Amino acid sequence: MNYQPVIGLEVHIELSTKSKMFCSCSADYFGTKPNTHTCPVCLGLPGAMPKANKLAIEFAQKLALALNCQVQLGSKFDRKNYFYPDLPKGFQISQYDLPFSKKGFLIIRVNGSTKKISITRAHLEEDTAKLSHATINGKRVTLIDFNRSGVPLMEVVSEPEMSSAAEAKAYAQKLQQIVRYLEISDADMEKGSMRIEPNVSLRDVSQVSKVPRVPHALPNYKVELKNINSFRFAEKAINYEIERQTQVLKSGKIPHQETRGWDEKNNRTVSQRTKELAHDYRYFPEPDLPPFNCDQVYFSKLQSQIPELPDQKRERFLISYQILESEATLLCQDKYMANFFEETVKAYKGSPKKVVNWITGELLRRLNQTGQGIGDINLLPAQLAELLYFVDQNRITNATAKEIFEKMIQSTKSASELISELDLVLMSQKELEKLTETVIKNNQKAVADFKNDKKESLDFLIGQVQRLSKGKADPALVRQLLLDKLKS
Amino acid sequence: MIDIEDLTIKTAADLLSKRQIKAQELTGAFLDRAHKLNKKLNSFITITDDVAIKQAKKVDELIVDNQKLNPLAGIPIGVKDLFSTQGIRTTAGSKVLENYVPVYDATVVSRLKDSGVVIVGKTNQDAWGHGASGENSDFGSTCNPYDLTRVPGGSSSGSAAAVAANLCLAATGTDTGGSIRQPSSFCNLVGLKPTYGRVSRYGIIAMASSLDSIGHITHTVYDNALILNITAGYDQFDSTTSPKPVDDYTKDINRGVKGIKVGLPKEYFESLDPGIGEKIISAVKILEKLGAELFDISLPHTEYGVVTYYIIQPSEVSSNLARYDGIRFGFDREKFGAEAKRRIILGTYTLSAGYYDAYYLKAMKVRRLIREDFEKVFKKVDVLICPTLPTPPFKLGEKITDPLSMYLADIFTVCPSLAGVPSLNLPCGFIGDLPVGMQIIGPDFSEKLLYQVGYAYEQETKWYQKRPDLI
Repeated sequence: MNYQPVIGLEVHIELSTKSKMFCSCSADYFGTKPNTHTCPVCLGLPGAMPKANKLAIEFAQKLALALNCQVQLGSKFDRKNYFYPDLPKGFQISQYDLPFSKKGFLIIRVNGSTKKISITRAHLEEDTAKLSHATINGKRVTLIDFNRSGVPLMEVVSEPEMSSAAEAKAYAQKLQQIVRYLEISDADMEKGSMRIEPNVSLRDVSQVSKVPRVPHALPNYKVELKNINSFRFAEKAINYEIERQTQVLKSGKIPHQETRGWDEKNNRTVSQRTKELAHDYRYFPEPDLPPFNCDQVYFSKLQSQIPELPDQKRERFLISYQILESEATLLCQDKYMANFFEETVKAYKGSPKKVVNWITGELLRRLNQTGQGIGDINLLPAQLAELLYFVDQNRITNATAKEIFEKMIQSTKSASELISELDLVLMSQKELEKLTETVIKNNQKAVADFKNDKKESLDFLIGQVQRLSKGKADPALVRQLLLDKLKS
Repeated sequence: MIDIEDLTIKTAADLLSKRQIKAQELTGAFLDRAHKLNKKLNSFITITDDVAIKQAKKVDELIVDNQKLNPLAGIPIGVKDLFSTQGIRTTAGSKVLENYVPVYDATVVSRLKDSGVVIVGKTNQDAWGHGASGENSDFGSTCNPYDLTRVPGGSSSGSAAAVAANLCLAATGTDTGGSIRQPSSFCNLVGLKPTYGRVSRYGIIAMASSLDSIGHITHTVYDNALILNITAGYDQFDSTTSPKPVDDYTKDINRGVKGIKVGLPKEYFESLDPGIGEKIISAVKILEKLGAELFDISLPHTEYGVVTYYIIQPSEVSSNLARYDGIRFGFDREKFGAEAKRRIILGTYTLSAGYYDAYYLKAMKVRRLIREDFEKVFKKVDVLICPTLPTPPFKLGEKITDPLSMYLADIFTVCPSLAGVPSLNLPCGFIGDLPVGMQIIGPDFSEKLLYQVGYAYEQETKWYQKRPDLI
């Protein structure tokens, strides 16, 4: 029997607003001392009431527009009631039947082909506190840090339309790109500001509907994966699950409906909680927050604030700059990189291709080495443009340019400053003529060899000129000058 | 020693501003009386001597300094124990919060403090606001100062008893389904349930958030208006407060009732103690004599009020009480009393998957119809007058084993709560020694009008002058 993976993704994204979702505490909690970003509201003290963060709502609505969702003019918050020590009020303020957006989609690209993944809904809620387990004075205790409690959180739920780990990864990465383009979250998996929970099951291929537009039946079980803090782990965990579930199904059993966590030490998923019954969250409208209504004018204004998104940018780059698809994709992964490219091309006025080569070559190589982003380093587009110009003008060699590039990033100096400071300007033709004459005079044997058709002795002479010039000679020019002189 | 037994806020403020008495003396007299009578009445859970004396001292300094003060400056008040008071234990009447000391003040508390009031104590109440008699308090029942064998009404039981017994000149309260109007009626007091959203709920322990209205209890209508002048208005911390500008409620309070159209909803006169019906009718006759016009009107969905209320309210209660898990503050859930448990279970059931539509959602639809009843009649009349309760104060212990009959005590007060409209309880006489109250109900944000009508009646009758004989 053959099986087809059925994968859906639930992605949580913390919005990068200054204050929390329902109070004015700072939402920037990462690395802060526990329980220093708290107030009666996010601690759930008696009598405290939520006050909705307008900017967070705007961010949520922008994401909805960017994900091609049907935005809701009328929306509201609801209470999701459940008990857990990280949830101070005993309920989470979330959205139930009127989320900010429903029914959107994302286009992903895997192995050169594109696929449309439907998005069920995207809603806004509040993050929970963070539990940590410790032993204090020999006693096992659970500590609660409420700094994260109440941080605005978007939940984006996809339809189970992905059929491989690669597709799931592409979906999550695309979502991350869009969120970063919108500048509504840093969507950092390691810091936990983006969390992905894939659900995976397998369907018997023979039962896949052949009739177009008739939805395939979903398998009668579902496994949810948690504890995933990188795209790589997501891919590994999904692949592991596909393999594990295949074995279970082949043995004639049905995998358990459960939540499994990724164990990165042992490279496997482990059962965390079996979900036999659906939780009854007793949703009802949050009585402390009146419902809101936005009009079309508001949404048109919001739409106009949405920047060019990765796909549009990629298409434009292909047409405007005549670069390769792979190059355009690479450049557009990061909005700041794409902007850096465009700014450099503008300042340089030469071939965009050369700019791409530098960015995808030297620049990305260096960034990957140090794990930095384009915004983290001291490099302006105009500086790179100047460097490329000097190469075009034969004032420096490509090798020298690479050296200067390194130095440019480490200092705040421009290419021209560094060239003169390091005395790296290529020698003029006049100076080189003098040098070649000296070399010919001092190497009569090599000259004789050249004249006796020993062509390799020319390379020896070029080398001698280079040595005397301390590398400041343009090799092509030296060759030409030597040939002229030797033939005369 | 001054005689505090006949004071009102207005007369006390007069004495203070004319420097005939110091705020510290006034406070001292009330504190003495509170300590003396609290054993008998059990109206305070906590008496806050130190806080009160400090606040009074500050007011005296300001008076000496010739500062312009609010009429509430130096006035001793009680604060219901649902109101968060920074540094002062706030129990909600429940043992779950027996040791809970808030780190912040409710908006209303800080506004009152800013106006210079003196907080003499936190008043007893039915735990979490659940009750109509005060008997659900985990700190013991409160007695009715007019008859110590009877209930003072609830849930703001201690607030009403304390004001009635002259242990303070006013007290704050919350009214979800009648918890201010009802004890005010049982204790010969003026109690306002404002329009939903007129007064901030921030910092007040929530019972049923879509119904909770924050008001207060006083001897007179004028006193009541003085307090609303301070507490009413938009609060950035409560998103359900209205941005509508706040009236000056004492201005033109003596305008009279000439030409005011008073509606008498027939459903509210159908099943009640005949003595109470007579009191209300004679009260409206007085208003008629003063120039008001009377109309018989109908609020046809009245009969669904109690059932609708007892679905919506426990649903919200079940969610609002979820935070009392004993993890961050307070004690464990096992300390919840029987009534809280009953409402948690009821509300959890009515919100459950599969029952939500049949109960909560349906109740919300009926609530809409009840609201429309009021909207319709307020196109014809300016205010409505009806009894606050179907009976005079009942005996302590009489209904405590029968929750259903206790719930029915809310029959006349829940509909204005569901509709969100303001309602003022006004004393309208006695049956024997037992006080009787009537409600004046108006459209949204008509508090000023309610005060004008109430003031006109009060000037004719002055029932507030009949204070209980306790010492």
